[in-house]
Parts: sequence; C-alpha cells; structure tokens
Amino acid sequence: MVENQVPATIKNRLQISCYDCHSNNTDYPWYSKIQPAAWYLKDHIQEGKDELNFNEWATFSDRRKNSKLRSIISQIEEDKMPLDFYTLIHRDAILSDEDKRMIIDYMTALKDSLE
Amino acid sequence: MKTVKRTIGTMALAATMMLTVSCKEGNKNEPATPMSNEMHQESMDDKDDMEMNENKGAKAVLQDYFKLKDALVETNNDKAKQLGTTLASALGSFDASSYSDSEQQELKDIMEDAIEHAEHISESDMAHQREHFKILSKDLTDMVAITGTEMKIYEQFCPMYNNNEGGAWLSMNEEIRNPYFGDKMLKCGKVQREIN
Repeated sequence: MVENQVPATIKNRLQISCYDCHSNNTDYPWYSKIQPAAWYLKDHIQEGKDELNFNEWATFSDRRKNSKLRSIISQIEEDKMPLDFYTLIHRDAILSDEDKRMIIDYMTALKDSLE
Repeated sequence: MKTVKRTIGTMALAATMMLTVSCKEGNKNEPATPMSNEMHQESMDDKDDMEMNENKGAKAVLQDYFKLKDALVETNNDKAKQLGTTLASALGSFDASSYSDSEQQELKDIMEDAIEHAEHISESDMAHQREHFKILSKDLTDMVAITGTEMKIYEQFCPMYNNNEGGAWLSMNEEIRNPYFGDKMLKCGKVQREIN
C-alpha cells in the first residue's frame, strides 16, 4: 500500500510526518552531526524502524498489516505520533485535524479491506 | 524571534534527551522475568502423534495466554508485562512442522503477529496491554482453528470494550471474568462459542 497505490496527498503527508523514523529514507537534520544528538537520533530512528518500517510493508502478511494499521490509527488518534520531540523541530510534520482525519479514514478503509 | 525559538527548541531537545536516556537506563534494571514455563511433558514415546505436537506448541501457547488473561482480569500491569514476555517466548518456540504447507504459512503469519503483540504487552501500560490483547486473542483463536485443542475452550465476548467496538477472548472457564475491564466490569460478557 504505502509504496504505490496510496493517494499522492496522503503519501506526501506520510513522507513529511513519518518517514524520517519509519522508513529507510531518513532525511538527517543539521543537528544529527552534533553529539550527543547524533547517537540519540541513531538509537531513536532504529527504534522507530523496528516498530514500523514502511519500506518493509510489502513483505508483511495481511494479518500483520492489519495489526500495524490498527496501531498507526491509534497512535495518530491519541496524538502520540509524530512525537512532540520531532514536531518541535520539524514544524511541517505536525498533522492538522484535517490531515489526521484523512490519514485515519484512509488507513481504516485499508484495514477493513484486509479483514 | 526565530533564533530564540530555535534556541529554546534546542534546549528542550537536550532536556528531552537526558530524560529519555535516564528512563531507558532505568528500564534495564528491571528484574529478569521468571520463566513460569513448567510444562508437563507427558509421554515422550508418542513422538509422531499429533497430540505431542500440540503439547509442544498450541497447548504451551494457550497456557501462557490464559495466565496473561488472568493478569489482565486482575488489572495487574507488572504481572501482565512478565507474562507477555513468557508468552512471546512460547510463541517463538512454536513448532509447526507437522502441519501442511498452507497451514504452516498461516501459522507462521499468526505467530509473527502474535509475538509482536506479546512483546508490546511486556512493555506497555494497562490500556495498551488490553488493546494488544484483543488482537492477540484473535490470533490465537485462528491458531486453535488450525491446531485444534484437547482442552475445552470458551470464546467469550464483551460488547462494551473500546467504546462499544467489543472485544473477544479465550478462557478455560465458562464463567465470565472480563480481561478488558477487570473489576470495573468483571462479569460483563457472554460465551460466544465453545471450542473443543
């Protein structure tokens, strides 16, 4: 899903708000060159990717996709993601209410289609 | 103004880092999970028997699952954390080799998903544990559909969980003890199905 059939607006939103920690395409920021930010980030991004890496999406079973979608939806609904720490610096990563609605609706429809 | 903002941002970043680091260190000091995995291996001579397979796999998984369910009924966060770890390891050692290819694939998908939920349960707060328990219960219900079970299991359902979305679980006892609400609504739910 997240790779090819996703509507452009959603894909774009996910790239800006999620992909730095949840894909192999991390856009490392200026402070990533300064210690201790460097090792902190490395640790954090690894944790993010372990939890969910959009690049691995195609390899997941439908069952697993379903679980991941459920988690994505609940993280966004509860405003747990993107992390405050991340949006503090990446102001453009903040999800507006409309963004949230759009992503949640899309993910929910996708989840229902897998059940 | 922008520089001021950025400076504040950087300071907050540094503070967040220190906090997170200390939290992480703290976690490492948690006591090791006791392995309460004493399975009664019955007769070892019927190795080729399907029942043997169930003892090694589904039965062990279910027993750990039921213990976890009981911890959720008690609303015991720490105990559920420990039992999440125990269950994850039982799921990890599940042996599907005696099943057909398509069943093996299905069981592999189930285990992968269930392990992830069990691991999350081992590191989450109560509300989160219960969210994961719901999907975990679905995974294990699907597992039992393939493996069968020698013990009688009740599939039970509480329609009120998660803003009336509802949540099912498996139990060895017919009597309802609700793992989603604990003593807030201990007896909410009904038996949906008997499996044996």
